[in-house]
Amino acid sequence: MCATCGCSSGGGARLMTVGRGHSHSHPHGAAHHSGRDHDHEHDHEHELDHEHDREFAQVEVLSSADSERTVELQQKVLAKNDQLAAVNREWLRGRGILAVNLMSSPGAGKTTLLERTARDLSDRIAISVVEGDQETALDASRMLRAGSKVVQINTGAGCHLDAEMLSRALRSLDPAAGSIVMIENVGNLVCPALFDLGEQARVVLASTTEGADKPLKYPHMFRQADLVLLNKIDLLPYIDFDVREYASGLRKVTPDALLLQVSATTGDGMDAWYDWLRRRTPVPPD
Amino acid sequence: MHELAITEGVVDAVTGRLPDSRITCVRLEIGALSGVVADSVRFCFDLVTEGTNLEGASLEISEPPGLCSCRVCGVNFEPASPIALCPCGSAEVTVLSGQDLKITSVQVG
Repeated sequence: MCATCGCSSGGGARLMTVGRGHSHSHPHGAAHHSGRDHDHEHDHEHELDHEHDREFAQVEVLSSADSERTVELQQKVLAKNDQLAAVNREWLRGRGILAVNLMSSPGAGKTTLLERTARDLSDRIAISVVEGDQETALDASRMLRAGSKVVQINTGAGCHLDAEMLSRALRSLDPAAGSIVMIENVGNLVCPALFDLGEQARVVLASTTEGADKPLKYPHMFRQADLVLLNKIDLLPYIDFDVREYASGLRKVTPDALLLQVSATTGDGMDAWYDWLRRRTPVPPD
Repeated sequence: MHELAITEGVVDAVTGRLPDSRITCVRLEIGALSGVVADSVRFCFDLVTEGTNLEGASLEISEPPGLCSCRVCGVNFEPASPIALCPCGSAEVTVLSGQDLKITSVQVG
């Protein structure tokens, strides 16, 4: 177990389809990519899986003594995750689906944002949701009530989603062409930044109650954002939050990211977020 | 944090490549801009290698500094922190190196 945050592989990630009459759990191996060894009754195909072994080039023996030798590997640690993410990305592109990786600290309002988004866009764009949490299906139940197809992934002690988890979730969701898959990552401003899932866009949701210094404190997360949503702007009259300071810090970390101010509770500013989504959503074939 | 999953990825990759060898040393490169804390990887390493053919192996980590290029003034510089700010004050920089996270080699005993 990791002493820094307590995450461990012991808990194992569990995937639950919510509201469609079945749930199941997979044993999940130490490095989150044990896809080959699970079997279950679903008919979702596994063609995504595991073409990546060929990536690992032949082992080169540099020097060979009697007892010890150095073996040169030069291998990216996240190579397996990155390859599976690339397969996910191609799968999404081929089916004309927009996948958005939504990341934030706990309590920033991810689920509230998604509830409102799913309701407001329901007559135009279908939105399905992958919910990532350490435990419970509370968020999945909320999104189900908002009218979305939803899969809940419980990461157990894990602190982020990875590409293998998304691969399984996409099979289960089977999203339609021209729809959006919202991936609500585990609430955490650190760990999810490193793991490419295969999404087409990364959105970081921040909230005014977290303080204006967050982009500077968590630069790895914000640096990769295509869009930063500043949520809970309805609370600005009541709290000490300087939007200009926030925007200035964000520009230092990532000068190219777009910043939109919203309130998922009142709906203020949400139209710009919807426009942003619509511009990126593929047009479904006739 | 994510260093546990990272360390598991290291062990997985090495056992995948060299399943039948006893590994006595693992050498990693963790760039200063990679977002991974080398000390946390060191902490996790013994836990993760237990019961594998890496058990008991030593861990050598090199931490090359980041290198960035400023898109405003054109200068190359090593950022002092993960927030890559050019000495001229610009944040519009291109990261040239220091983001790598890789297994460079292993020692087989």
